[in-house]
Amino acid sequence: MDLTELTIKKTHEGLTKKEFSAIELCRAYLDRIKEKNKEICAFLSVSEETAFSRAKKVDDKIKEGKEIPMLAGVPAAIKDNILVEDLKCTAGSKILENYIAPYNATVIEKLTEKDAVILGKTNLDEFAMGSSTENSAFGPTKNPHDLDRVPGGSSGGSAAAVAADLCVFSLGSDTGGSIRQPASFCGVVGLKPTYGAVSRFGLIAFASSLDQIGPITKNVEDCKIVFNAIKEKDKLDSTSVGSKVENWNLKIENLKIGVPKEYFVKGMDEGVEKSIKEAIKKYEEMGAKIVEVSLPHTEYALSCYYIIAPSEASANLARYDGIKYGLSKNEGKDLLDVYLQSREEGFGAEVRRRIMLGTYALSAGYYDAYYLRAQKVRTLIKRDFDKAFEKVDAIFTPVSPTPAFKIGEKIEDPLAMYLSDIFTISINLAGLPALSLPCGEVDNLPVGLQIIGKPFEDDRILEIGRLFENI
Amino acid sequence: MISKEEVKHIAKLARLGLSEKEIEKFQNELSSILDYIEKLKEVDITGVEPTSHSVLVENITREDKENSKFRVSSPKLLDLAPDKKERYLKVKQVL
Repeated sequence: MDLTELTIKKTHEGLTKKEFSAIELCRAYLDRIKEKNKEICAFLSVSEETAFSRAKKVDDKIKEGKEIPMLAGVPAAIKDNILVEDLKCTAGSKILENYIAPYNATVIEKLTEKDAVILGKTNLDEFAMGSSTENSAFGPTKNPHDLDRVPGGSSGGSAAAVAADLCVFSLGSDTGGSIRQPASFCGVVGLKPTYGAVSRFGLIAFASSLDQIGPITKNVEDCKIVFNAIKEKDKLDSTSVGSKVENWNLKIENLKIGVPKEYFVKGMDEGVEKSIKEAIKKYEEMGAKIVEVSLPHTEYALSCYYIIAPSEASANLARYDGIKYGLSKNEGKDLLDVYLQSREEGFGAEVRRRIMLGTYALSAGYYDAYYLRAQKVRTLIKRDFDKAFEKVDAIFTPVSPTPAFKIGEKIEDPLAMYLSDIFTISINLAGLPALSLPCGEVDNLPVGLQIIGKPFEDDRILEIGRLFENI
Repeated sequence: MISKEEVKHIAKLARLGLSEKEIEKFQNELSSILDYIEKLKEVDITGVEPTSHSVLVENITREDKENSKFRVSSPKLLDLAPDKKERYLKVKQVL
């Protein structure tokens, strides 16, 4: 049996039936990481010692005949912008190259309670800003399906690690598509939960009104297991509301699926369009009703996002000042020089670009024209979804207009890179849950179907996704 | 096209050191992104309220007591500081 190919449920069964131990499992993954990470670069750091000690704890419990949680002993990878106590947390940035997390993120507390085994921290675009993982200060991650191509981003390391069997599941974060687009490019399942369903405490902030942590897994069932393990209302995150536990007994013949006409436009890869349309047809054949819907403000979403996200980022990243933690350049004459030089040396090109853009949009004289206007357009984008959801239960779209692109193809052209998130960013602006589900291939590259749900109906879109896997 | 002076002004507000070469680069890049964003001006926003958060966010209050759930030892936080003296962060002169 190849231990590194198992899903969460199969891993759990193997452990409880004593077919293998948690230590053996942990070793199998660490060996595979040693073998494969050089070419894929999914992991930035591996925490062998803590992984083994956690695994041993699980084995002891099994030996004592104790019942173990579903995630106990299951090897996981964590995006390197989520704090794991006493492990390095770089956010893919030189400015945090030597930063050791002083506490756990709430999601890590939740996983630890359930005895999951954390193998290490995965690569990302610096501060989660990017769509290809090429913006990492520590080099790009490669797509396991084709090493010349990007894994997507910003959670590229987390998606590639699951796709290459370097972990059973991983956590990513999604501000404009950063879980869904890499899941789609790597052919794995990714969920961006409803804004507020999962605590953001201990996630290094990028754009606080858009950021959400979510799972990346091998199938929908695993995705549901991890989502249910990490969601909760958290006192330490004032925007967290938790999630209603709901078991949707889906009757496919009652299901109404909306397909927005604005998402099938020129510029989309023909193969992607074909895969998505075939997937939609399968749902129709199963008995679902397909309804055309309209989201008329879709064409403004990208502009809206590229004001709101950089504005929030420019405020959030003000904390990196070379004083409290992180890289510090101390050669200048006064305090201002410490700020200027630490931030000049510590931040990479894309992060600097967004800080500049956000500062511009928030600066005196421009606030009303940019930031306030964008917030009003955000209201209109959200209303589009509210209106569509009066008629349908879920909305189906592609995750990205193309499959994984070549490394280097878009890195010199920021706008072209931003456009690869065109189908995912509206969902963050509206705060909705959305699933990225592998639904086909174009020239051996995976294509992802995006299933968007109503607020706090995360479990329902997971059930809808499961129907496709069961075909 | 935004001017060199504007780029310098924004960089100063953002406390971001820039090289001469970068100032020109940002002039071009920011201008092309801002041109794209101009699209928002087409939207009729009369009477529309702004959205800051997609979910309804309420103020959360608690008694002014120590939070027992979350505790980080201060030595652990101080150890992260690049420069310190005893239990204080050390910074360069401001004025």
